[in-house]
Amino acid sequence: MSTQAAIEVSHLAKVFGTRTAVRDVSFTVARGEVFGFLGPNGAGKTTTVRILGTLIAPTSGSASVAGIPVGSAADEEIRQRISITTEAPGLYNRLTVAENLEFFARLYGLPAQNARVYDALSAVGLTNRADDLCGSLSKGLKQRASLARSLLNEPEVMFLDEPTSGLDPAAAHEVLGLVSGLRERGVTIFLTTHRLDEAERLCDRVAIMNTSLRTIGTPDQLRRTLFTRSIAVATAAPLEHPGKVFDGLAAVEGWQPDGPTGYLLTVTDPAAAAPGVTRALVAAGADVLSIGETRHSLEDVYLELIEDREGRS
Amino acid sequence: MINATRTGAVIRKELAEFRRNRLIVVTATLLPIVFLISPTASILAIHASTSSALLSKRVDYSLFLPLLVPLFVPATMSAYSVVGEKEQGTLEPLLTTPITRVELLLGKAVAIFLPAIAVSYLTFGVFLAIVALFADAPVATAMWHAPQLPAEVLFIPLLAAWAIWIGLAISTKVTETRVAQQLSVLGSLPPLALISLMSFQVITPTFGLAAAFAGALLVIDCAACFGVARLFDRERLVTGTRPRRSAPAAVAAPGTVRRLPPVSGTS
Repeated sequence: MSTQAAIEVSHLAKVFGTRTAVRDVSFTVARGEVFGFLGPNGAGKTTTVRILGTLIAPTSGSASVAGIPVGSAADEEIRQRISITTEAPGLYNRLTVAENLEFFARLYGLPAQNARVYDALSAVGLTNRADDLCGSLSKGLKQRASLARSLLNEPEVMFLDEPTSGLDPAAAHEVLGLVSGLRERGVTIFLTTHRLDEAERLCDRVAIMNTSLRTIGTPDQLRRTLFTRSIAVATAAPLEHPGKVFDGLAAVEGWQPDGPTGYLLTVTDPAAAAPGVTRALVAAGADVLSIGETRHSLEDVYLELIEDREGRS
Repeated sequence: MINATRTGAVIRKELAEFRRNRLIVVTATLLPIVFLISPTASILAIHASTSSALLSKRVDYSLFLPLLVPLFVPATMSAYSVVGEKEQGTLEPLLTTPITRVELLLGKAVAIFLPAIAVSYLTFGVFLAIVALFADAPVATAMWHAPQLPAEVLFIPLLAAWAIWIGLAISTKVTETRVAQQLSVLGSLPPLALISLMSFQVITPTFGLAAAFAGALLVIDCAACFGVARLFDRERLVTGTRPRRSAPAAVAAPGTVRRLPPVSGTS
């Protein structure tokens, strides 16, 4: 196993009765990486996190977290070095925010508990609510308190399972800001989500999961692999002979109309093709409104993979 | 190896939660009052002139009722103990910490045991004090010399321990506090059957019999501790299913996984 890997998963599978939740999943997460784990509901994301968090045992396959094999006698050591933030904040409503954190600090056997609790609350901007009962907090504040709890043991690996689920946009924005801050601290973050915009914004790499692993890579890699590269051209008026303009241009493989005054050009390299396309349009007397590479969102990638799979099955 | 810091943390947390849980506070307050009023009234209502048969019956009844306190109070508290975690969604975060299941269970059990025992002995003590102060002298004498009195004092912690383990066992299996509390109260009744036979002197409560019964309860309590620890499996609690390790039911069909080339620096 690599000494650089924060998480290594090899042919992991989990079966509940007759239902296969996770099938033959393998991937590696580097230390300090923000890794997005995407998939629809019931795709096996939470099951995978629970296996890696030593809450449940895999049916087959192996995994290691923070360099320690999962399922060994050292599970307690893994739990000492990681933290898991679940979709539900999981706070004791009858205890104050500070009491919640102090309890968990003691479970981690931390010295100077009050200082550590204060540091964690400061990190999430909750020091002024330390003495409030958790039951009186809004969902956004509870999620922040939950994140503060996750920081107590200064984890090597943080599992964030749908951390913005059910939050309003402002609260979700705050939580994502906190996650960005954790990246700067060098914490390895395993982010489970089905909010693709936040995965694209935060993650170095993403894996798309639907019981089995569908794909893994950086968002750009996934886009390039799944979609042909193209340039979108918009003109003020339709071209009289678009074939004469676009055919034979360097790096242009083909074209098709895209609306009444638009054209979509399939290219091998947008940067190489764009100058030639622009010159050809000007030479044809066209009034060019815009020209640029079309970008597929991570959502396009996700839908392509998930729908492709559902279409096959 | 049990980590005292972690176990102590659970005890402190549980006690703090119990103090602020109205249902627990009301139950732990009302039950002893109810089980105190009836026997006290029964004893104070009889006089020196009462026949010895009636006096004996009243004494048996009066000494039996306070024994329900160490059964019902911890049963109510322990039933809430795990279900409460499930209802608040705190069980999963708790199980992701380094705490072991024995430490967690022990912490929860001790946190219930201490107040339950305190309330039970207080109830018994208040009852005996009232009898000593306000009952007619022959009635008080009959009470103090009742053969089952020392046995019942001995049984209080053992009954409480039984109720705690039964309550914790039920609490791990169900998902609703009220259901857990009702089942726990039912589950705490079996030892009461034997104790009632002794209290009402259907079985003569000799020292040997009381000691044997106490020993049996102690053994059962210890066994129940291990039994509950086995039930308290992380996977079972989180997913509701038993862990199983075998070959997966199906292997990924060739071509269904599209993997991109490995990214440099990550493996």
